[in-house]
Amino acid sequence: MTTNERRQEYRTLFKQNVKNRLLVDKAVRIIVFACVIIAIIPLGSILVEVFKNGISAISYEFLTATPGSIGSGKGGIGPAIQGTLIIIGLSSLIGVPIGVMSGIYLSEYGDNKLARFIRFFNDVFMEFPSIVLGIFAFLVIVLILGHFSVWAGAFALSLIMFPIVARTTEESLKMVPITYREAGIALGLKKWVITFRIVISAAKSGMITGILLSVSRIGGETAPLIMTILGSSQFFSSMDVPMDALPLRIWRLSLLPYDSAQLQGWGSALVLIIIILGINLGVRYYFANKTGNGIMGRLIKQGVSNKK
Amino acid sequence: MKKNTVEYRKQSILSDKIFKVGATIAGTFVLVMIALLVFQLVSESYPIWEEDGLSFIVGTDWNAVDGRESFGALPYIFGTLVTASLAMLIGVPLSIGIAMFISDAPPKIGGPLGFLVELLAAVPSVIYGLWGLLVFRLYFKDWVEQPLHDLFGDSIFLFSGTPFGLDILTASVILAIMIIPTVSAVSREVMKAVPQQQKEAAYMLGATKWEMFKLAVFPYSKTGLIGASILGLGRAVGETMAVTMLIGNATGIAAIPSSLFKPSQTMSSIIANEFVEASPASLHLPALIGVALVLLLIAIVINVIAHLLVTKMMKVKEGAINN
Repeated sequence: MTTNERRQEYRTLFKQNVKNRLLVDKAVRIIVFACVIIAIIPLGSILVEVFKNGISAISYEFLTATPGSIGSGKGGIGPAIQGTLIIIGLSSLIGVPIGVMSGIYLSEYGDNKLARFIRFFNDVFMEFPSIVLGIFAFLVIVLILGHFSVWAGAFALSLIMFPIVARTTEESLKMVPITYREAGIALGLKKWVITFRIVISAAKSGMITGILLSVSRIGGETAPLIMTILGSSQFFSSMDVPMDALPLRIWRLSLLPYDSAQLQGWGSALVLIIIILGINLGVRYYFANKTGNGIMGRLIKQGVSNKK
Repeated sequence: MKKNTVEYRKQSILSDKIFKVGATIAGTFVLVMIALLVFQLVSESYPIWEEDGLSFIVGTDWNAVDGRESFGALPYIFGTLVTASLAMLIGVPLSIGIAMFISDAPPKIGGPLGFLVELLAAVPSVIYGLWGLLVFRLYFKDWVEQPLHDLFGDSIFLFSGTPFGLDILTASVILAIMIIPTVSAVSREVMKAVPQQQKEAAYMLGATKWEMFKLAVFPYSKTGLIGASILGLGRAVGETMAVTMLIGNATGIAAIPSSLFKPSQTMSSIIANEFVEASPASLHLPALIGVALVLLLIAIVINVIAHLLVTKMMKVKEGAINN
């Protein structure tokens, strides 16, 4: 990158005013360190506030009861917790098989133009505004059925989920040595048997990581749920009526001007953050210990940073 | 015996074919979804384009009341672009600083710190909103906005208006925090791609650490760093909940950003606020879907550019290793 003349130039430059240069260097070091601190302060503040304010809202009634009348401060978030678990389950039911098969395609048949095209758009699709995916689910499911539906929410969230699963599956399958596949071929096995019985069982942990990280991502999604499951204060009764979810409940509570609503909001936030950070940290801790700082460790970190 | 083998081969080819077709269908699912998504948005927002044409994009009125309906998306397009750019302006230098620190620190310090920064990405958007609304806004108003207003309020239009905390600046700062994990993680990957020899060559010439970054790392990873920043921009453009809760939700001409301390509205927040109330029979729903279409197109353009830049950088990396 550097030509000989420029190198000469730098060499003479570096001999001069050493003192100032060291000073600048030190200043930059401090600034750079300050950047890290500035980024960590909000994280600390969020965690502290959520725990501090949320813990006093938590009680058995709060976790299991239906919400009381607005502003009364009574009742709880039972339907919201139940709804979040249901919606996570249903979206995984749709998103995981598609994501895994798509990952298999990218990894096992992925050496052609179409696959490179798909890989690229998969990455772009991952960054689509989630609210637009919500509108899409609204248009193709809610508008056609004529009522809000749990399936619409699950469909919207599965659209967020499957590209993440596809990419992590692809990366983990690619790390399985080619010799494993060759051993399968030598045994005369069919390709799909090789893929499901040998390759996937070797890449299992990476795939599970990807799936759980995508679960922790969709668990906190709010925007696509607004126009698909709407929110409700009743426990789940059927797929065809509105349902509640934790992020939706937090949003609704934050719009209310009462102190008691704020307190309940913090309580819900605490429950949500425990679920999500629990999955996230658990997965990272478990697999980081197992795989160290290798490619897998990097992948895990990327998996999170790529998807908020 | 021989016949059996042949039969077996035939059968295996068939089941493998099915497997391949199944995998290919799952792979192309994403393309189908993108096509269907764009088609749906275009066809469902068609009434508003038919009614208003291009004036939907450049119009500034927003009125959903029956009989006096008029819809113009310009304020929200502005709102999105202004908040996202401000977020980038604040978030990108911080992120690159973080990436520099972590790529340079010993793994024992850099690892945990990097991990903490990445945890920011795991916090759900709605919790950022709640925290911003109930905690951050109050401190920010007293410690940053009020002093800025007192100092520059009269002379610079950017700082005019009464600081209240629910405004463009607060929303942008929260957005900046939210894009830090993305931008810093990608920047770090990109900086890692700089060949060790380049760095050592700079040290060998007598460069200090900062000069090493300036001479060896930045020129080499420029493309990737720009890509990382644009990726952050894409994130900021699509972000909904935290912004909706903090931007103050003005509508119509009032939402055009004229001061940092004024409430505004972004494309995603107007959708989040009004979508459920919009009646499919009126123009309101098509208008909101039209806003979503514009948002999607902007997001696609931004992300395609970002991914092209980052992949280009990573290809350079592979080339460097092979050489």
